[in-house]
This record gives sequence, C-alpha cells and structure tokens, in this order.
Amino acid sequence: MITAPALTPEGVVIADGTACDAVFFATADNYFATVTALKADGFEMCIDVCGVDYLEHADRPLPEGVIPTRFEVVVNLLSLSKRQRVRVRVQAGNESPRVDSLFPLYPGTEAPEREAFDMFGILFDGHPDLTRILMPEEWEGHPLRKDYGVGRVPVQFKEGPGPR
Amino acid sequence: MSDQVRNVERLDLLAAETHEGPQELRPRSQTGVDDLGKEMGAVLRLQGLNLDPASIDVEGPDDERMIINMGPSHPSTHGVLRLMLELDGEYILRTKPVIGYLHTGMEKTAETLSYVQGGTNVTRMDYLSPVGNETVFALAVESLLGIEVPVRATWIRMMMNELNRISSHLVWMATNGMDLGSSSMMIYGLRERELILAFFEKTAGLRMNLNYVRPGGVAADLPDGWEDDIAVICDTIYDRTFEYDQLLTGQPIFRQRMVGVAPITAEEALALGLTGPLLRSTGVAWDLRRTMPYLAYDEVEFDVIVGTYGDNFDRYAIRLNEIRESVRIIRQCLEKMPAGDYRTQDPKVTPPPRARIGESMEALIHHFKLFTEGFHVPAGETYVGIESPRGEIGCYMVSDGGPKPYRMHTRAPSFTNLQAVPLLMRGGTMSDTVTVISTVDPVMGEVDR
Repeated sequence: MITAPALTPEGVVIADGTACDAVFFATADNYFATVTALKADGFEMCIDVCGVDYLEHADRPLPEGVIPTRFEVVVNLLSLSKRQRVRVRVQAGNESPRVDSLFPLYPGTEAPEREAFDMFGILFDGHPDLTRILMPEEWEGHPLRKDYGVGRVPVQFKEGPGPR
Repeated sequence: MSDQVRNVERLDLLAAETHEGPQELRPRSQTGVDDLGKEMGAVLRLQGLNLDPASIDVEGPDDERMIINMGPSHPSTHGVLRLMLELDGEYILRTKPVIGYLHTGMEKTAETLSYVQGGTNVTRMDYLSPVGNETVFALAVESLLGIEVPVRATWIRMMMNELNRISSHLVWMATNGMDLGSSSMMIYGLRERELILAFFEKTAGLRMNLNYVRPGGVAADLPDGWEDDIAVICDTIYDRTFEYDQLLTGQPIFRQRMVGVAPITAEEALALGLTGPLLRSTGVAWDLRRTMPYLAYDEVEFDVIVGTYGDNFDRYAIRLNEIRESVRIIRQCLEKMPAGDYRTQDPKVTPPPRARIGESMEALIHHFKLFTEGFHVPAGETYVGIESPRGEIGCYMVSDGGPKPYRMHTRAPSFTNLQAVPLLMRGGTMSDTVTVISTVDPVMGEVDR
C-alpha cells in the first residue's frame, strides 16, 4: 500500500488491491487529476486502459464513499523508478459513459482507449481519433457490453446448400 | 466529408452505436490544420502535445503526395496488418496502422469459458509464445484464488517460458532474415525452433497452443529423459547463435538496413507505453523478470540486455543476445529443478488421480464437476503482468465468484508496441517499412485478439 501523492484530488478513495500496490477509485470528474497526480509522483508509464461493464453487479462491494456505476474504466500505471503498480478504477457512468482521455499525459493510451470505445462505447474526451479499432467501422453496438446480443449477428451464406 | 478529426467534440461524426467514421488515413486536403496537428500527434505525439499548427508542412497540393495502402495481406506484415502510408516520393510522411482483421472476440469468448477451459483460449492470442499467455492467465487466476503453486511447477513454468522465448525469438530472426533477403536465416531459424517444438510436443502433446500451464500448476510432468533433450537444445542453439552472428551481424547489406534506421528515444518509448525489446533498445533496463520478479526469476542468474540507440540494429542485437540469456536460464533450471509435485494438490482446482476415478464414486463426481462446471474463484479483480518475448503481457481479470471470469482483458504487448510504427517510420524510406514492422515484431493474433 502506498501513500497518496500530494496532488490527489478530494473524493478519491484509496484501497488495497490484488497483485498491485494500491487501487485508486476515481470518478469521471476527478479521474484526469488523479492520473496527473500519479504521473507527477513517478508513474512514468501507462500500461493499460480497459473498460468493464458491471451490468449484472450494480451492488458489487466497493470501498466506502465510492458510488458504483455500470461502466468502469480501469487504468494500470507502472512506475519504473519505484517499481510499483497502481490501478485506477474510474466509475465512468451508467448509460453514456464518458471520461477524459489520458492522451495528453500518456500518448500510448491512444490505441487502448480506442479499444475501450470500440468494445464498450465509452467516450474519451480529448482523444484525437476515436474510431473503432478492432471491429469493422460500420459495426453496430459494442460487443463486450453485457447486454450485447451474442449470436444474433446475421450469418452470411446461412441459406446456402449444405455439405454434400 | 468533414475536415474534422473524429473526436468527442463532434458527436455527429461519432453517431453513437452505429457508424464512427472511416478508420483510414485521409488526404491532407480533407484534414484541417488543427486536426492534422492532432493526427500528426499520432506521429509526433510528444511534440504534438504543444505542436504549433503553423509548423506543419501542409503547403503544396495533394497530388504531390500519395496515400498508398500496404496490406492487410502482404508478406512482410507478418499476418494481417494493414498500413496506410502517405508518401512524398520515396519518403514516408504519415503512417496509420489499421488493425482488426484477425479480431475473433477472444475477450468475449473468455467470459463464456470456465477457468479450466480459459487456457485454451488465451494460448491462441500470441501464437508464437503460447506459454507466456497461459502463464499470465494462470498467475492471474491463482492470485484471485490465493493458492500457492508447488516449487517444481514454478520451475517447469519458468523453463517452458524461456524455451518459448527462444523459439519466439528464433521465428523473429527467421522472418526478419526473410524480410531482408537472407533466406538462409529463415531456414536456420525455423530449423532450430523445430527442436523446441518437438520438446513441447513431447511434454504437452502439442507443438503450438499447448494449454500446458494451467491454474494450479502445469498439465503434465516433464517426460522421462527431459534432461538430455534440454541439454541438446541448449548446446545446439547456443552454438548456433554464433553462426547467426557470423551470418548477419557484420553483413554489409544487413547493417545498412538496420544500423541507425528508425531510432526511438527512451522518452518516446515510455510515453508510448512500449515494453520489451523496443524499450530496452533505448537503454532502459526494464525487464519484468528482473525488476518485478515472478515465478522463480529471482533465483536464477541472467543479464538484462539493453541497447543504446534504439535503432533496428539494437533491437536485433537484443533479441539475439536474449536467446543466449534464455539458454543460460534454462541451464540453471536443468541444474536446480526441484523434485515434487507438478501441480497443486488443492482438490479445489486439481482433479483426483486417474486411478482413483475407477474405484471411487466421489472421485468420479469430483472429476466430473471440475471439468463441467469448473471451480469457483472468489470475487475480486486483479492484474498480473509478465515479460513475454514481445514485452509486458498482462491479464486483467474480474471474477464475480462464479466458475467463469466476469471479464478477462489481455494487455497485449504487440497491440501497444504497434503504436510506435508511425513514429519509427516518419521520414524513413519505403524500404524501411519492412524492417520497421519486422523489428517491432507484432503478432497479429495478439494485436487483434
């Protein structure tokens, strides 16, 4: 467990986490300031950004003071100098999740944020090129959402003659 | 077509749920100066953050530049990578990788597979280093379960990981040789890799996509006589690395296409989140095996290979020398391999032995439940990262207490490393594209997942 950096905004809850040094619980409003503070504190690298859809777990256990939302953005930061890992879990919103992009801080989040947008429909403010990255550009819906209809995709050549 | 780069400020361009605009690189005439600055940010990201829009070379008509498409089915893109290149004559101005051609929804599939089955899914992501994928998946599950793995299982995992690192780097040497016109290197690399794949087959039953490392240990103990096999593999490959050295390192054509081509600085690499040989080539000695030891890497001796200039040649030299370091680690595994179980005896994750199933109804039920329903993992979330041949491969896993992961996300090193391609290619010539893609070493199965 590490101490919070000096610039951490108010309202951020810090807790222990599995296989990392600390988990910071942020909201869409103080997310960017939290990561800014962590970067100033020596977390040089943003390893990963991904989304999670907690549709079926609205009442999941979270530390006191954290208001759960359907979507979370999970950011993994790495400090090479201190050899520490922290996670930032952002409560991103319920129906139309929208958070700030980390692109100004870590340009390497460009592709992971596009993936989170593609898969969950999470909007990243300030991202330079928020397009689909893995799915075809005319794809409808966001496949990793829990209410996405698996198996309802029209199958090509379904009516064709079967094997001889 | 609009002259805006697609972003949240223009939600009309980003019509929710449907069409998000083309993923391609668009001509400059259709891209405003501000947006070009941001788009160039994809190239000049570091300077791009406070880039003066006036300093962008937008003068000149579009017909002097050409946007060409390379891939997705191009022999040098190592899979289905598509690059859109803006060329000024022979020189590359802008590059945009377009990916997704191999997307098979493996993260979605992972949510429908139990933890027992999950290994068969993740092993297909980075198909050149399946053991690394399985290891990170198993470590993530174990960190949620809170179980300890026997020492022998840990050492077997470590040895298999290093063998896999060698085989992956050998394929890299082979394909890189092929890209640069050295077809002998291609034959040699694949020939030596065959030794390792044969050992994998002997141990796990499969040459690739092993599903050998599983939560709780490994699938089977090492075969009888494995010491001799490993000794032969180590000696052969160690000696042959000097042959590769002789074949390539001093070769004038090879050097001209590698030395000083496509350099990258440490700041750029850190900002882009690059890991693995790409990061180490810039002189940053960051290797998770050393800096954040997992398995038993803190009990073996090896050197972390770093480069100086961050160019193609450094990346080549790092991979060649990492083969030798891996041989060194495997030899220590051979010496120190502890006796004991190859998987945990925790009945929660390990089925009863085959002999007991025939005589005990409870054992049969236990076995049946474990392979139909799977074991339940306590609710929680975890992220584990290890050093794959390509960089940090990570597994972010959310469990809701059931027998299947609620969410499984893989942090794929190739996916992140691919962001360096536009930066590395800028200002280079068309012929450098081939060497740049090769030394970045993306595996498309892992990029697209």
